[in-house]
Amino acid sequence: MRVALIGLGAVGRGVAEMIAKKDLGLTITGIADSKSGCMDCNGIDPQRVLAQKKQTGACGDRSITAEDIIRDAEYDALIEVTPTNALSGEPATGYIRAALSRQKHVVTSNKGPIALAYKELRTLAQENGVTLRYEATVAGAIPVMHTLEHGLCGNEILGIHGVLNGTCNYILTRMAAEGLTYEQALMEAREMGYAEADPTYDVKGIDAAIKLVILTNTIWGNSVKLSDVDLTGIDLLTPDALRLAEDEDCTIRLIAEAIPEKHLLRVSPRIIEKNHPLVVEGTLNALTLETDMAKEITLIGKGAGSIETASAIIGDLLYIRDRYGKCT
Amino acid sequence: MQIHYFTGGLVQVSMKLEMKDSPGQLVAALKPISDVGGNIIAVIHQRDPVSTQHMLNVQIVLELPEGRLDKLVTLLKNEGVHIQRIGKERLLYKRSVILIGHLMHTDLSDTVDQIDSTGFAEVCELSMSMPAINERSTSRVTIKAVNRQDMESALAILRRVAQQKSLLLIEPLAEEVPCESH
Repeated sequence: MRVALIGLGAVGRGVAEMIAKKDLGLTITGIADSKSGCMDCNGIDPQRVLAQKKQTGACGDRSITAEDIIRDAEYDALIEVTPTNALSGEPATGYIRAALSRQKHVVTSNKGPIALAYKELRTLAQENGVTLRYEATVAGAIPVMHTLEHGLCGNEILGIHGVLNGTCNYILTRMAAEGLTYEQALMEAREMGYAEADPTYDVKGIDAAIKLVILTNTIWGNSVKLSDVDLTGIDLLTPDALRLAEDEDCTIRLIAEAIPEKHLLRVSPRIIEKNHPLVVEGTLNALTLETDMAKEITLIGKGAGSIETASAIIGDLLYIRDRYGKCT
Repeated sequence: MQIHYFTGGLVQVSMKLEMKDSPGQLVAALKPISDVGGNIIAVIHQRDPVSTQHMLNVQIVLELPEGRLDKLVTLLKNEGVHIQRIGKERLLYKRSVILIGHLMHTDLSDTVDQIDSTGFAEVCELSMSMPAINERSTSRVTIKAVNRQDMESALAILRRVAQQKSLLLIEPLAEEVPCESH
């Protein structure tokens, strides 16, 4: 199967490396970063492009843009892994729209378009007889969408509870373990590369809320928006709060929850028993799906990382290849 | 059919009963519980292999309207059931929350009163830590309520008060669990 790769950040690099390293039957025919692009219908050597990017800062010809590749390159599936813009969803939404309109499958890790324009994009994909997959948008390497779609098909999903932000989970783990203040734990998370210079998006619970919106719309198709989520972050927590929770064999975690029956769509720090399956350490993610037949299923795994996220992207690509066998 | 009206709360009672180990005896012993409007929560058999005179020991946990316990005891005695022990607890549900903010400046005793004055829930424990004056303090507040619905109402009050007073309220994730009766 031929693929075009838009975005060469951590996720894009991970995907390119794994396509080069593993014999997956995937050929890259177009690559673009934010400054440049390259196209070759006979296939591009990802290693060469990554080396060039490292050396020159650009992956290809500066006169070729992502739009050019999406419009002109010969590919079966577009891999859209540019950075998330939670407010506008652009330019990713435009890229995805253009590829779907060309009857190309799309695999993305980008939360913006899926949280903001899921319904429109899904309809567009259906109209064009192709598919839009986004396993990598929620909980990194954890195959939550595959589990919902295949493993749990036939089940009614009654509710979800999850730890969906690794940065917050790391901070809370460190506050609980070492009695650090929020500020100290955040500083440590920055040093470890787990937190951005501006941590607002993570610590205010926005990132977790966007993932909750994506999950909710996928499961129940109810078109909820980020503004529908009742949102409380972790930035006002005190070390005493964690200590008081500890006294009762509990801790505090940022929990995203959706229970349609109770009209509940909430991201908030919660007191939770230490032996609860959602209490995971460090940057791990965890998600419990409550269903009518299978009852509770909890998935735990790496929520971020270059190769870990590539795992989710490649899982989607190979699913498309197997399902739509006509791809070459 | 008997219909029981009551306006008071429910009490949770645990009883250790001893009765003859003969067919129908257990059913006969449990019937008075429904006769007084009670619900059986759990029945735990303790068939002692070396017990004398073929007696059956049963521990039961039930909830019943306040003021009905004496009648139940009389009814059980009439059935020939020997009551070895009774434990009673009025408020069944217990939940701890954490409040963070300017708890003293925003009148903590008023916050507690808003729960206590409901009559169906009360603050039974409060742990507090104040790092320094003018800094935010943190408190763990344990609430007891008669039943699940009252607990939800109490938490709704607390949510409203926390919002009014700009306090951060951290709720537990799990459903409230019935506390152990004594």
